[in-house]
Amino acid sequence: MNAEGLALELRGIHKRFGATVALNGASLSVRAGTLHALLGENGAGKTTLMHVATGLTHADSGELRFDGRPVRWRSRAEAITAGLSAVHQHFSLVPAMTVAENVALGGRRAWTRFSARTAAARVRTVAAAAGLSVDPYALVADLPVAAQQRVEIVKAIANDAPVLMLDEPTAVLSPLEAAELMRWLRGFVQSGRTVVVITHRIREALQYADAVTVLRSGRTVLAAAMPDTDEHAVLAALLGEAPTRQPPDASPGTPSSPTEPRQAVLVLRDMTVIGESGVRRVAPTSLSVHAGEIVGVAGVDGGGQRELLRVLAGRLAPSAGSVHLPDSIGFVPEDRLRDAIIPGLSLVDNLALRGAGSRHGRLRWPDFSAATRSAIRDFDVLVADQQGAISNLSGGNQQKFVLARELAGNPRALIVENPTRGLDVRASRDILERLRAIRAAGTAVVVYSSDIEELLSIADRIVVCFAGVVRETALDADVIGRAMVGAA
Amino acid sequence: MIETVVLDGFLQAMVRTATPLAFAALGELIAERAGVINIGLEGAIACGAFASFVVAMTLGPEAGFLAGGIAGMAVALVFAFFVITLRAQQIIAGAAVSMLGLAVSASLHRVVVASGSPSAHVDTLSAVRIPGLADLPLVGTALFAQPVTTYALYLLVPAVSWWLYHTTGGIAMRAVGEYPPAVTAAGHSPQTLQLLALLACGFLAGLGGATLVVAHSGTFSDGMSAGRGFIAIAIVALGRWTPRGVVGGALVFGGVGALQFLTQSMGWRTPYTLVLAFPYVLTLVAMAAFRGSRAAPAALGHTLEPIP
Amino acid sequence: MPVPRLVPVLASVLAPVAVIAGAVIGVSLLIMAAGYDLPGAAHAAVAGSVGSSFAILSATLKRATPILMLGLAVAIAFRAGVLNIGAEGQFLAGAASACAVGLAAGPVLGRSSVFLELAVGATAGACWAGLAAVLKRWFSIMEVVSTLLLNFVAVHLVGYLIRGPLQEPSGSYPQSSLLEPAARLPLLLEGQRLHAGFPLALVIACLVWWFYRSTAAGFRFRVTGSSRAAAASAGLINVDAVQMQALIASGAIAGLAGACEVTGVTYALYDGLSPGYGYTAIAVALLGGLHPIAIIASATLFGALGAGADAMQRDAGVPAEFAAVAAALVVLGVLAVPSVRRFRLRTGGERRP
Repeated sequence: MNAEGLALELRGIHKRFGATVALNGASLSVRAGTLHALLGENGAGKTTLMHVATGLTHADSGELRFDGRPVRWRSRAEAITAGLSAVHQHFSLVPAMTVAENVALGGRRAWTRFSARTAAARVRTVAAAAGLSVDPYALVADLPVAAQQRVEIVKAIANDAPVLMLDEPTAVLSPLEAAELMRWLRGFVQSGRTVVVITHRIREALQYADAVTVLRSGRTVLAAAMPDTDEHAVLAALLGEAPTRQPPDASPGTPSSPTEPRQAVLVLRDMTVIGESGVRRVAPTSLSVHAGEIVGVAGVDGGGQRELLRVLAGRLAPSAGSVHLPDSIGFVPEDRLRDAIIPGLSLVDNLALRGAGSRHGRLRWPDFSAATRSAIRDFDVLVADQQGAISNLSGGNQQKFVLARELAGNPRALIVENPTRGLDVRASRDILERLRAIRAAGTAVVVYSSDIEELLSIADRIVVCFAGVVRETALDADVIGRAMVGAA
Repeated sequence: MIETVVLDGFLQAMVRTATPLAFAALGELIAERAGVINIGLEGAIACGAFASFVVAMTLGPEAGFLAGGIAGMAVALVFAFFVITLRAQQIIAGAAVSMLGLAVSASLHRVVVASGSPSAHVDTLSAVRIPGLADLPLVGTALFAQPVTTYALYLLVPAVSWWLYHTTGGIAMRAVGEYPPAVTAAGHSPQTLQLLALLACGFLAGLGGATLVVAHSGTFSDGMSAGRGFIAIAIVALGRWTPRGVVGGALVFGGVGALQFLTQSMGWRTPYTLVLAFPYVLTLVAMAAFRGSRAAPAALGHTLEPIP
Repeated sequence: MPVPRLVPVLASVLAPVAVIAGAVIGVSLLIMAAGYDLPGAAHAAVAGSVGSSFAILSATLKRATPILMLGLAVAIAFRAGVLNIGAEGQFLAGAASACAVGLAAGPVLGRSSVFLELAVGATAGACWAGLAAVLKRWFSIMEVVSTLLLNFVAVHLVGYLIRGPLQEPSGSYPQSSLLEPAARLPLLLEGQRLHAGFPLALVIACLVWWFYRSTAAGFRFRVTGSSRAAAASAGLINVDAVQMQALIASGAIAGLAGACEVTGVTYALYDGLSPGYGYTAIAVALLGGLHPIAIIASATLFGALGAGADAMQRDAGVPAEFAAVAAALVVLGVLAVPSVRRFRLRTGGERRP
C-alpha cells in the first residue's frame, strides 16, 4: 500500500476524439477502502475518464497510478489482471449464454477449461459471499433488468479485484432497487474494497459516498471528502452557475380554464399490448390526451412506456382494445441516430422521409428543398453545409431538425421520447421551450422522460407506467417515484 | 430389400462423400460461431485441392493433405484482411475471395500442366481398416474402413466441440458471434478471435479440398470444388450451428451424393437430377420447420466496430 | 477544419481507375510469370474486345447484356438491404420457362411469341425470388442462405428438364430442341450477333435510374436499404413489404436476363447455360456502386474482359482462367478502396465510443 493510501489515481488526463475534447486535464484520486462518487452532467467526460482508468482507451497525456504504482494499461486485459473490475453503463452480457458462461467470460485468467458444473458452483459461491442471488444456469436473455445488473456485478467481483468501478449502475433500476444496490455497495466497501461509482444522481451519491469528484467540461472542478462538502457546493461545481440551481421553469403550462372543454385527440380504450413470447407489456389502459396539453410519462425500463408511446404514435398496433388516433402524428424517438434519421443522407432526404410510407407517384424535390429551408429557418438549426449529410450536425441541431420535420404539416399530436437525452443544458432548455410553444399552439403532446424534474417542469398531467400498468398520478416527485416502483 | 453388400457399399460411399463436406462445414461452423459468414470457402477448398495435388506429386499424399490445409489458411487470411481489417461487407468479400481462389487455382493448374505432364496422377490414400471395429455389422465398413483423412475428422470434430463449449477461449469466440461488446468489456479482442476462427476455418476447408485429391480422385481439375463451399454453408444452417448437427448435415448431403452408387447397383430408374436437388430442399424445409435463423449466432454477418 | 470537397470527388473517380489498373498489372505479371508472350496476349485481348466493330458488338456488348441485366437485378436488391445472391437461379428459372414457352408457342404465335417468352421469363424469375421472399417473411430464413440454396435447386431442375420433359427429340443429348427462328430475339445488325436484349437492358437501366430518382416507391427502396429502423419508425414504411418487393423485382429482372439469353444467344436450354453470371453480377453491381448508369459501364467492362479473355486464349494461347483472376482482383480492389478510405479517415480522427 502506498503512503497516501490511494488505490487509484488519475492526474491531468487529456483526451480528444477528432475535434471534440472529451477530457481537458481531469483528475481523480480514490482512497483505498472508500466509496467514491464521480459526478457530472451528460457529456462532462465521466465515462471517458472511466474508460481511461480501466484501459479501454488510451489518454493523450496524463498520469495513471494504480495502488501507488504508475501504470500505462496497454489493454483492458492488463487492467483486469491488475485488479480493476468494471460494470459498464450498457450491459456487456451475452443474451444467448447462461449466467455461468457470462461470468466465465469475464475471468481474469487466459484460456482455461470450462465445465458448466464447476462454473455454476463458483458463481453460487461468489454470489453468496456477496449476498446476491443469481441462477447460474439461467439464460441472460430471460432475466429481468435488475437481475442482469446483479449478474454484471457478480461477473465483476468474481475476479476478487480490489477496485470496482460502476458506470451509472442505478440508471435502469427503480428507486427501491437503486437504494438496495447502493446499500450493498456500502457493505462491499466495508469489506476492504474500493468502489468508484459514476452517476449523475447527486442525492444518491451524497447519501452513500465517502468522497466525491465533480467533472465539468472534461475538467475536475471539485474533489473533496464528504464531511468537507455538501449538496450546495457540489451543485455549484456541477453547473458552474450561481450556487442556487435555477428552479425548473415555473410555468407548468397555462391550463385552460376548467369550463372550456378541450378536444380529446388521442384516445385509448382498454388498450393492451402483448409482446413477443406472450409477455404482457401493457395492461388494459384507457387514456385520453387533449389538444393543448402535455401529458408526461414516467417509468423505469420495461415498465411499458416504450410500447405505450409507440401505440400513441401509431407505430405499434395494440393487441386488444380500441385506439382513436388522428391521421398525422409526429414522433421523436429516443434513439435518434437509429430510428429518427438516416445519418448518411442529406437533410432534404431526411425531411422527405416523413410520410414516405404512404406517398404515391412522383417525388417533387423542389417542394422538399423548400420545406427543408423553412425548417432550418424556423427552428434555428445551425447547418454548415445544407447539401451535406445530416450526421455533420451537432446532436442538438439534429434534434431540432427532427422536431421541425415531425411538426411540418401541423400534426394534431406529437409524441416525444427522452427529448433531451445526450444534449447539453442549453440545447435541452431550447427543446423544452419549443415543446411548451407547441402545446400553446394547440397540439396534444405526450412526453416520456427518465428525468422526473424535467417532466414536472413541462407536464400538465403525469401518468406512470409500472409493470405494464398505466396510472395517472399527482404532480409530485415523491408520488411519482413511489408509483414507478409500484408502491402505493 | 437391399442386399447387405450393397447397403454396406452405400454407407461406406456416404461417409466417404461426406468427409470433405464435413471438413468444410466444420470450418464454416467455427467462422459463423465467431460471427463471420465465409462464402470464400469455395476458394479455400479449390486452393487446398490444388496445393495438395502439387505437393503430393513430390512429397506424397500425407504431405499433400497438410499442404492443402495450409493453402486454405492462406486464402482465409486474405478474406480475414478484407473483413476484419478493412471492415468490408462479409458476403461481398467472400464472393470476391471465392472468385479469386477459383481463378488462381485454375490458372496455376494450367501453368503446371503446361510445363509438366498433362493430367498427372498422384498416389492416393487407400482405405485403412481398423481391426475389430471394421467388422461391426452395418456401420463397420462405413465408419472404420476409410482413408486416414476421415479418421482425422473423427478427431477434429470432438476437438472443435471441446474448444467451443468447454474452454473459456471458446466461450469468448462464441461471444464474438453473439454480442461483441461483451468480449471487449471482458478485455479480449474480438478482432483477434475472429482472425483465429477464420484461420481455423480456412485450414479445415483446405483439408476438405485436399481430401478430394489425395483420398478420392488423385488428380486436380478445374471446378472440382463443385459448390462444396456453398453446400457447407447450407450444412451449418441445417445442423443448426452445432458440431453434431454439422456432422449429421454432412451425412445427409453425402448420402445423396452416394445415391449414385445405389441407383447404379440397384438399377433404379430415378430422375437423378431431382434427387440431387433433394438435400437443398431438405435444408430449406428444416430451416422453415425450426423457424429459420433463431439458432443462428445473433451477431452473424455483422461487421465489428473499429478498435477505439 | 473540414476536408476540402475536391478530395472525395477525385477519390471516387480515380478509385475505379486505380482498381482496374491494379488488376491489369496483376494479370500481366501472371502472364509473364507463366512464360507467355505478354505483348502478344495484350494485343489479342484488346483486339478481341474493342479492336473491331465485330469485337465490340458481337463479343463485348453481347456478353455484357446478361451481365448488365443481372447487375441491375442484384443492385436493386442490395440497395434495399436485401442480399440476393440467387440471381443465378432466377436467371435459370427465366431461361427455362422462356425456352419451354418458346418451344410450345413458337409454332403457334410466330414472331409475337418473343413477347410472351420475355414476359414468362420475368415472371418465372420473380416467382423464384418470391419463394425466397416468402421463406424470409413467414419462416425467418435469411435470404442469403435461401437464395443460395435455390440456386442449386434451379440448376438441378434445369438438369432434370433437359433430360426429361424438354429434351430434344432424339433423346441422346441433355439439351432442349432449338427455338425456331420466329421465336428468337431479333438481331440488331446483319452479320453481328448483338441482339435486341442489349437495348432492352439499356432501357431497363434507365428505368431503374428514373425509379430511384423520381418515384416514391424508389425512395422507399433506397431508405429501407440505408436504415431499416429509421424507414419504419420515421417514414412509417412497411419495410418487410418493401424488401419483399425489392427481392421480387430483382428476380423479375434476373429472369428476364435468362429469357433474353435463351432467346437471343443460345436458342436452347442446356447444362452450364450460365458460367456463373449470377455471381459476376455481384461484382458488376459493386463496381458500379449500385448505381444503374454506372453499372452500364461496369457491365461493359466485364463484357470486354470476357471477350478479351476468349481472344487471348484463341489467338495467344493464354488460358482464359487468367482473366478470371483479373475479374477477382477488380472486385477485391473495389472492396479495398472505400474501405481503405474509411480506414485512413478513421485513424485520422477516431469516433467517440
